[in-house]
Amino acid sequence: MERIYVDNAATTHMSEAAVKAMEKAYSVYGNPSSLHSAGREAFFMLTDARKSVAESLGCDQKEIFFTSGGSESDNWAITGAARAMLKKGKNEIISTAIEHHAVLHTLDSLAAQGFTVKILPVSPSGYVTAEQVDNAVTDKTALVSVMFANNEIGTVQPIAEIGEVCRRRGVLFHTDAVQAVGHLHIDLSSLPVDMLSLSAHKFGGPKGVGALYVRRGVSIPNLICGGAQESGHRAGTENLPGICGMAAALSESVASIDRTAAYLIPLRERLIDGLLKIRRSRLNGGRTERLPGNVSVCFEGVEGESLLLWLDAKGICASSGSACTSGSLDPSHVLLAIGLPHEIAHGSLRLSLSAENTEEQIDYIIRTVTDTVAYLRDMSPVWEKIVKDEENEK
Amino acid sequence: MIYSEKVIDHFQHPRNVGKIDDADGVGEVGNAKCGDIMKMYLKVDDNGIITDVKFNTYGCASAIATSSMATELIKGKSIDEALELSNKAVVEALDGLPPVKLHCSVLAEEAVRAAVADYYKRKGIEKELPGCSGNCECCHLHDETAE
Repeated sequence: MERIYVDNAATTHMSEAAVKAMEKAYSVYGNPSSLHSAGREAFFMLTDARKSVAESLGCDQKEIFFTSGGSESDNWAITGAARAMLKKGKNEIISTAIEHHAVLHTLDSLAAQGFTVKILPVSPSGYVTAEQVDNAVTDKTALVSVMFANNEIGTVQPIAEIGEVCRRRGVLFHTDAVQAVGHLHIDLSSLPVDMLSLSAHKFGGPKGVGALYVRRGVSIPNLICGGAQESGHRAGTENLPGICGMAAALSESVASIDRTAAYLIPLRERLIDGLLKIRRSRLNGGRTERLPGNVSVCFEGVEGESLLLWLDAKGICASSGSACTSGSLDPSHVLLAIGLPHEIAHGSLRLSLSAENTEEQIDYIIRTVTDTVAYLRDMSPVWEKIVKDEENEK
Repeated sequence: MIYSEKVIDHFQHPRNVGKIDDADGVGEVGNAKCGDIMKMYLKVDDNGIITDVKFNTYGCASAIATSSMATELIKGKSIDEALELSNKAVVEALDGLPPVKLHCSVLAEEAVRAAVADYYKRKGIEKELPGCSGNCECCHLHDETAE
């Protein structure tokens, strides 16, 4: 059976360019911090990768710090900014209800240490506004952290506007751009962002490597202490093959953002239209300001995990925000934040497309999801009740 | 989180799915808010033997698999034997469940008990049944005692 992979928000197929760059880097075994020729060879390779990443994002190479991935970057940016600003008497952090857990759990830990954390609600279609941020900022605000694009419902936030507000109000601004980098245009030479997190494996790079962009002039203490790597800001011998793979994947995906989006958006729309033909279904997140490859839908009367596993049995790799897939008893905090009741949020399905997906695959997915939802509803006492209630209303 | 082959088998080929129109006992437990609801139908003969059992379930793979296994375990048994069905027996019969899924087996036990309770009620027999009725909003955490 052909495997149809539509879980690219979880991770992506590594690009050939990334694999090639890594293979090359694996033969360079020197430590970039060593002074001898083997070390210099590695150091130059590292420098080239840093230049390439900086170029892809429109910033200076001195503003790029390599990390182990998105979670570390988020942890570092947020705890670092909080600690730096506390010295200036600022102890308040503003964020949103739909952030990734790498942000939310970091905020929880800061709240436990006495910081005030303000979580902004989002609209029913999954957006926060610059005005909300403006209203929430006080003279105690140390940091605003708003994700660029949401991993579950694909909504793209007004980052430039929020950044303007932060700049005007003199507040540090971090964005978790893990889902956006390589998929949306990001030009840090004009975007008013102080810190930005990214993760290589979300755009065709390897797992376990990422970066934090820190604008020149912004100073945050280290999260990982030790040696003087990354200009003394992030200790640990650099993961050179991973970094080279990331740089290659980023450069390739940034160069093809428009082409990929032009290919993906019609596929996404076809998939959304097809799935919304299913009775009592709904799209999560707004339809326009949305990641090109993200489809998130809920089907009433079915539970997401059983839907997911049936799709898997039919060759489709997808994801769900149901409680059963989250390892807890609550469905996804993002789906709850956009106002879905628990019972509807349990029936969620996320399909995140890549340029490797085809129209034929989309049509197969639509048919298969339609059949599977019908099968599961047929044995669902919840669906039985929904149908009965519908009949009574008539 | 990895499911055993038996869980996957019962999820993909659930036994005894459906309804019994002239059931002698029907029990529904769980709550959509928690993400799982089981409805169990029993057909019981004059000797108190369960001659047929069907279920409908809304829930994850393990909810469907535990419902399916529970129906298999009580089919052909007496009502009293069915009452003794424990969630642990269901879990064992399925070669185990991931820890976060144990509550599904509790729900299966509660579904059987609710159907039996309904059977007694219809017969006009008064009987105290132990444990949670399965209709609370606690998502079965109170009973997560298997293993």
